[in-house]
Amino acid sequence: MTVTNYDALVRPDRVHGSLYTDPEIFAEEMERIFYRTWVYVGHVSEVPQPNDYVVKSIGPQSVIMTRDRAGKVNLLQNRCAHRANLVCDAPRGNTRAFRCQYHGWTYDSDGALLGMPYKQGYDGVIEKSELGLGRVPRVAEYRGFVFGSFAADGPSLLEHLGSATDAFDRLCRLSPAGEVAVSAGWLQHRVAANWKMLLENETDGYHPQFVHSSVFQVANSAIGALYGESSTAVCRDLGGGHTENDLRPEFRRLGVPMGWFGTTADKVPNYVARMRQSYGAGAEEILIDGSPHVMIFPNLFIAEIQLFVIQPLSVNQTVQHVTCVQLAEGEEMNRRMLQQTIGSVGPAGLLLADDTEMYERNQRGVASRLPEWLVLARGLKRERIDADGHTIGNNTDELTLRAIWRHWLTLMDPMAEGTAA
Amino acid sequence: MTGTTITDIELGEAEQFLYREARLADAHDYDAWEALWTDDAVYWVPAGGESATDPTTQVSVLFDNRSRIGTRIRQLKTGKRHSQSPNSSLCRLITNVELLGDHDGDTVVGAAMLAVESRDRGTTIWAGRCEYRLRRVDGELRMSWKKILLVDRDRALNTMSFLI
Ligand code: FES
Ligand SMILES: [Fe+2]
Repeated sequence: MTVTNYDALVRPDRVHGSLYTDPEIFAEEMERIFYRTWVYVGHVSEVPQPNDYVVKSIGPQSVIMTRDRAGKVNLLQNRCAHRANLVCDAPRGNTRAFRCQYHGWTYDSDGALLGMPYKQGYDGVIEKSELGLGRVPRVAEYRGFVFGSFAADGPSLLEHLGSATDAFDRLCRLSPAGEVAVSAGWLQHRVAANWKMLLENETDGYHPQFVHSSVFQVANSAIGALYGESSTAVCRDLGGGHTENDLRPEFRRLGVPMGWFGTTADKVPNYVARMRQSYGAGAEEILIDGSPHVMIFPNLFIAEIQLFVIQPLSVNQTVQHVTCVQLAEGEEMNRRMLQQTIGSVGPAGLLLADDTEMYERNQRGVASRLPEWLVLARGLKRERIDADGHTIGNNTDELTLRAIWRHWLTLMDPMAEGTAA
Repeated sequence: MTGTTITDIELGEAEQFLYREARLADAHDYDAWEALWTDDAVYWVPAGGESATDPTTQVSVLFDNRSRIGTRIRQLKTGKRHSQSPNSSLCRLITNVELLGDHDGDTVVGAAMLAVESRDRGTTIWAGRCEYRLRRVDGELRMSWKKILLVDRDRALNTMSFLI
């Protein structure tokens, strides 16, 4: 059991550098966060048919998301109940049974052990019904987004998401059918940094002007202005470690449908027409407001038109999985969003390669012993409360980082005195 | 690609072109490298799986048309492309060069690539099979297509912000 006094390492306005470098802290984060709370795993559209499966992960562990014959989505561990061989090596597919290569034990798509070769030898010594693939005890979905929790009991997914459910609703509303699909495949970007460097960066509104100035300069992008000093956009603590940059105030000021996507309605006439058909008078607001920019603690980032999934591998190794959201009945948008996604994110992306460079330099920097602490104080004195009771700040403030760490501390040290709370 | 059409580009000339392209990319000679492309160029690095067959419905690591190649180069030239500042130190081998046929009048050339990239992060080995389409424009060879099928494309990749 831990001897780390987390309370002493997380303060309201700064965090200690060892939180990113100590392998014991990483191991405990896996236990207390990734193997206990709700973690995003996949989307139902990745396993549309019975017996479809896709290999996913919860932290460093391999997890198979399957749709069983009855249509239910399961999260199974990729570990044979016999001698722990991997039962699945293809990244995705459709199968009536997972057959372990080692001694041929086979499992149903719901994880039950179907049988094994030469089974007489096991007569009277094992009970087949007790030997299935390990299951992630709790599986739940919201708007098609599938989460798993290794804790058999605890807060429900809805309690965990709290007011962050609004982000999924806003994303789905961008589809004329009210649904999104995850069907465009995944980029996997390897990062030599602690996973929390990524988590913090996703809603850090202070860096874009500096890290991404090269893109703003050459691509005539208006994104930079959303993260400037004079932007009316805000950042928000949604509770539960979930954070967002709410860009709607700026888009509403602009008041142009599709302005959030850097385009105009006449460039995507079929999509806009379908939206007006589906949502009537409400369509204008949806088309102006656009997509959310929300980090769902601890590992799912809804980045306007992309999904990012943070997979911690070790204290200083992380994989960021990225895909483009696809809108049901939004073909005209889907093509454009895919093109934009390929250009901006992933290992060669005009945007994300530079974020990754920052995470990695940060990780090398934090290996230096002094000054020991990282500063999160920006905007501490200008925090305010919005109409829904959420704490908000200027879009460039470090309010989101403070919110992440406050929640992190409650998970890592439930007895914390709450100097950070 | 039929593999039978006669084109006016010989193996030796194609090889010299590929070696020059590799040398300019290794040297971060952005303008000279950009000038090798035709106006209808496609520069493509699939991400693996289905991405290698359909970049219009699947995410790729890189899928640039001529305009985005230009944007990529302009970004590198700002000096604020942090993932290439400082530049990666690079050396690549282009080998196993073969003329594979013809595509709408362009000569299809296959090759194997092995690149060593050195950065503060560490040294990364990039290997892949390349497919080029070459065309003679005003007497000069140009490329209209470059596709790199990385051997690691099904796995997590390091940042790849140099010109591969
Ligand atoms: S380890 Fe799977 S059958 Fe033996
Ligand atoms: Fe960024």
